[in-house]
Amino acid sequence: MAATKTTVDITAAMVTEAVPLADWLLVAPVLLTMAGGAISIIFRKKSATQPWIAITTIALVILSNIGLLNHVLTNGVVTMVMGSWLPPFGIAFTADPLGALLALTASVATMCVAVFAMNSIAENERRYGFYPFLLMLLCGVTGSFLTGDIFNLYVWFEVLLISSFGMQILGNEKVQIDGAVKYAVLNLIATTLFLAATGLLYGLVGTLNMADIAGKLKAFDSSGPMLGLATLYFLAFAMKAAAFPVNFWLPASYHTPRLVVAAIFAGLLTKVGVYALLRVMLLLMPEGRDWLASLIGIVAIATMLTGSLGALAQTDIRRLMAYLVIAGIGAMMAGIAVGNEVAVSGAIFYSMHSVLIMTALYLLVAFMFQMSGTFSLREIGGLYIRTPLGAGIGLILLLAVAGLPPFSGFWAKLLLVAGALEAGRGWVAAGILVSGLFTTIAVGRLWIFAFWRGGNEHTVDGIQALPIAGSSDASEISWSIWLPLVVLTALIFIIGILPETMMSITENGAKTLIDPTAYIGSVFGGIR
Amino acid sequence: MPLFGVEATFWALLGPFVAAALSPFLAKTLKHNAAWLLAVIPALAFLQFLSFVPGIAEGQTFKASLEWVPTFNVNFSIYLDGLSVLFALLISGIGTLITLYAGGYLKGHENLGQFLSYLFLFMGAMLGVVVADNVITLFIYWELTSITSFLLIGFDHLRRASRRSAVQALVVTGGGGLALMAGLILAGYQGGSFELSELLNSGDVLRESPYYTAIFILVVLGAFTKSAQFPFHFWLPNAMEAPTPVSAYLHSATMVKAGVYLLMRMHPVLGDTELWMTVLPIFGGITLLVGTILGIRQTDLKLVLAYTTVASLGLLVMLTGTSDPVAIQGAVIYLFAHSLFKGSLFMVVGTVDHESGTRDLNRVGGLFSLMPITGTAAVLSALSMAGLPPLVGFVAKEVLYDGTWHAVNGGLWTGFAVLGNAMMFALAATVAIKPFFGAKVKTPKVAHEGTVLLVAGSITLAVLGLAAGAFIASVGHQLLSPMTSAILGTPFDEELHLFPTYLSPALYLSLATVALGIIIFMYMDKLRVIVADALRTIGWGPDKGFDQVLEVIIRFATTLTQTVQTGSMVTYMRATFTVIALVLFVPMILTGNWPKLQGIGSFYAYEWFIAAIAVIGVYAVLTARYRVTAIVLLGIQGFAVALIYLLFGAPDLAFTQFMVETLSVVILALVMTRLNLKPTDARSSRGKAFDISLSVLCGAGISMLLMSIIQLPFDPTLSEFFTQYSRTIAHGRNIVNVILVDFRGFDTIGEISVVMVTGLAVLALIRVRPKSNGNSNSEKNR
Repeated sequence: MAATKTTVDITAAMVTEAVPLADWLLVAPVLLTMAGGAISIIFRKKSATQPWIAITTIALVILSNIGLLNHVLTNGVVTMVMGSWLPPFGIAFTADPLGALLALTASVATMCVAVFAMNSIAENERRYGFYPFLLMLLCGVTGSFLTGDIFNLYVWFEVLLISSFGMQILGNEKVQIDGAVKYAVLNLIATTLFLAATGLLYGLVGTLNMADIAGKLKAFDSSGPMLGLATLYFLAFAMKAAAFPVNFWLPASYHTPRLVVAAIFAGLLTKVGVYALLRVMLLLMPEGRDWLASLIGIVAIATMLTGSLGALAQTDIRRLMAYLVIAGIGAMMAGIAVGNEVAVSGAIFYSMHSVLIMTALYLLVAFMFQMSGTFSLREIGGLYIRTPLGAGIGLILLLAVAGLPPFSGFWAKLLLVAGALEAGRGWVAAGILVSGLFTTIAVGRLWIFAFWRGGNEHTVDGIQALPIAGSSDASEISWSIWLPLVVLTALIFIIGILPETMMSITENGAKTLIDPTAYIGSVFGGIR
Repeated sequence: MPLFGVEATFWALLGPFVAAALSPFLAKTLKHNAAWLLAVIPALAFLQFLSFVPGIAEGQTFKASLEWVPTFNVNFSIYLDGLSVLFALLISGIGTLITLYAGGYLKGHENLGQFLSYLFLFMGAMLGVVVADNVITLFIYWELTSITSFLLIGFDHLRRASRRSAVQALVVTGGGGLALMAGLILAGYQGGSFELSELLNSGDVLRESPYYTAIFILVVLGAFTKSAQFPFHFWLPNAMEAPTPVSAYLHSATMVKAGVYLLMRMHPVLGDTELWMTVLPIFGGITLLVGTILGIRQTDLKLVLAYTTVASLGLLVMLTGTSDPVAIQGAVIYLFAHSLFKGSLFMVVGTVDHESGTRDLNRVGGLFSLMPITGTAAVLSALSMAGLPPLVGFVAKEVLYDGTWHAVNGGLWTGFAVLGNAMMFALAATVAIKPFFGAKVKTPKVAHEGTVLLVAGSITLAVLGLAAGAFIASVGHQLLSPMTSAILGTPFDEELHLFPTYLSPALYLSLATVALGIIIFMYMDKLRVIVADALRTIGWGPDKGFDQVLEVIIRFATTLTQTVQTGSMVTYMRATFTVIALVLFVPMILTGNWPKLQGIGSFYAYEWFIAAIAVIGVYAVLTARYRVTAIVLLGIQGFAVALIYLLFGAPDLAFTQFMVETLSVVILALVMTRLNLKPTDARSSRGKAFDISLSVLCGAGISMLLMSIIQLPFDPTLSEFFTQYSRTIAHGRNIVNVILVDFRGFDTIGEISVVMVTGLAVLALIRVRPKSNGNSNSEKNR
């Protein structure tokens, strides 16, 4: 082979200098979770060590993601190519503030779930893969946030879909299987559409690298098949994100798995869909987004309203939360529909907030169930006196999800409304505000029933009813349940009081999406 | 941060929050006496705000700013002028007295610490509302007052009525807050700044903006809901479910005035337009009358006061709405007087309730000799409320009549004012005379004077009302005229007199008010019956309407959710594929980008043949009678596709396809034989027809999109690169393999982990035994 080496100019095909050490942070989360997942499968029968393998791995991922976010904020968009093949030929991992921020947030939420699960996932469910699934889910999610290649994004979608399926069926109860079938089939349709769209896109531009696509699509006039493709992508990701009217899978499946599983689903899964929308609609196909803006706006408003109204209609707390997830998705899509810097910054802020708040809310539901022994709004009650700390946490989380100040959700909503008003899209702003009102009513009712009311709905005035048999006392709640709840609530509060850091990151992220120069420049360096 | 000067105001703003954090601990150790210690904090804040009075009387304004969220121009900035300082003084001053009162009122209550904590949170928020310079900061504080008010109204949380009122208040004021947020952002964008101090100097920019009407409506919605203007007034009387210190503080002296504050604050830039001068006085006037009429009906002293508060707020909005300088000066004096007398009266009623065990008009009487201090406070405050000299309420009424008389449409507004004030006179008389004078009535508890903590507040405020009347000229110059100037946006300083210096129409109007008031008072019991009967005949009010609206929304939401989320997988699939078909065709229709039908004729015969096999395979699947047959037949179509791969130069792909097809047919067939499924298709023939057309549409759509893309030239950069370097650098002759393991090896590692996870999931499916199937069988999963 010595002969070939002399005839081939390697620099035309490969990156020849060594990858800077800090750039390895780009793939570290994926590699760490993959390794952690493999290790925990190897030690699958040692169910006591399982949580610690996962917690160690996730802790490393969090550190790595902090480093990555810092790297991106100081040095701009970072790219690393796999196998040193020059982009667009090899697979590139590219982190911009959007991807790095969401990767970090996702790993924090996963950590909270990993700790919470220590005492809430049964031993045999641990043995059959809870922690490996969790780690592989994080692998798929961070991979999605950090990859710079659209087919590779599809691969991470598959990873997270199959891991989530594994978590969904843990427990094997009939209702879980039913939920899992609806979840898996409808999501597979979405990923298939994504795959089909990607095949077609490759046919159109002959490349899979996102930066390359963004550059090459500019050359296509908008009357061509590009708009059809953009619409197809929009549908695929809107399904993943659970936008109306293609979100049947979410209310059908989120109340069936273990609650900590639902927590991580609600935190991460739909956000990957939103992330993909942000990435594809804004970075890759801005013309497609402009063309679809009104449609996206209508879908966003419908999603917010059906979500918040759905929450109002529920008497099962788990289902109520599922609809709150949907309402939030609508808000993020509203940011995409408006598309200016403020609104996109709001959508990114909201995504980050949504990861934290939805995870926290499902953990809260699990906590409330343990304390009260019921999910029914009619049966629950008496928790204010029995757990003042829990009531405080509950109030903060519920106000935060309704977007009331001074919690993180407020700033996201402020940016979205301001962006919509700035762009003259009053209807979108109105949709956000009305949905916020419905959400306030829904969570207000939830809180007064669960916490303030003395017992179930028939409790007489002035009476604090006895707890339902089998429910725990506040003193019996394990630290592994309190800790994640307190940490998430504290984060939501701190971000609400001191939002500047976060907002400058999301603004930076919005700028990078709207003007792709930095992103493309990072991938192709000085080559083009 | 310095301890003196403008910047020290930040400490004053922080103080209540610190107190809120300390309250639970102090209350645990010091019990009710913690109130003495905690009251120091608002007292210090009061002194801080007092230090600005001389400067403000000379027309100065003060500003200070801390950077908070520079990315979105949100600053922690304060703006102190006549308007904000007077409000801040009322909030911190009355707050000090209320803190003491709360200590006495909830003496021995196990949750006193929590209560004080909420109260201080509210105080901090309310101070923030009135001193905030940045509109976003203002809004945040605004919503915080709604939230803390929610917590305070529902303090007695085991009672259904408390909970309902708390949520109602949150929904009404929180909902209005949402409108306000949009209004303030719009105003900020149109006026070019989020800082009020700059916005207020923008002159006619907002009034001439095309968004003026939108801004006006949104801001007014926020103000009306907060300040309980008709038709949103219903939440305020319900909020009386809260312990009396809350009613005295939030729901008379401070929070409910936030809406009035906002209108006054925005007056220089939003006021003085036809819209403003129509909408505000009309709604204010109606609120004034509705409040007083409903007040007449009540026998619960606290509710009487609540409805007169609604009325007073209406009066303030009406006066602010006239945009007339004198009327606004009247509003300012009235606002000041109202805070004193209403705060005092609420505390009086609370004390009566606390000491006698009732606050029902018909069950109390002759208490004056038993509760002399409380009684004195009641009389003084009621005199002010009735608008009689020598109290500050009298001056307020004189000036406001003077203002309405000369304002645009003055006749109407004056009529509203006289009628409302007369009824207010009668109600004031009722509140002061019924409990304290006349024959002694046996009360549930043997009444005696309240403790120092309980009486200090009411008597202080009552005496202040007297003193303010006596020294009205100086109070006017120092406090009231600067506030009027701030509202008007232009300097205003007319000397105020306790007794009119000439015979003005205002004096005659005042006399008429008193005369009418006395008549109403004499026929009070009859009127009460008439109003009660009338209301019973109507049988509907906004309070009931609130429940009905909520019920309608929830019912609609339930129907909607059940219609969409049927639980049937068939429906979900049909809906999803309908959307897919639309997504495929609508862009083609709208852009006219249909694929050209070319190249069909250049098929070779064997290509036609393979395509035909695929079609036959699919047809066979569709017509198969048993599932197993269908699965086996599916293999035909799969093999045909594999042949196509083979023909078009992808032998690896073809072999993979052969493998996958074979395996899946075998596995599926094996599984199917073990499953006991119904052999027949449950769908109706119409359903089948729908599904067939849907699948044809989806298939055609994808094919057409594909055709339109392959008719464009392909960019071969990637394939050329792979061909060029696959052997030379990656050392592999099979390009497909090199792509899988090298060029795109990272995809492969992902896919490998998919296989691994799938295996684990299958294992879990097989091995984990369900704990129960209890709740799943009964209910259909949606």
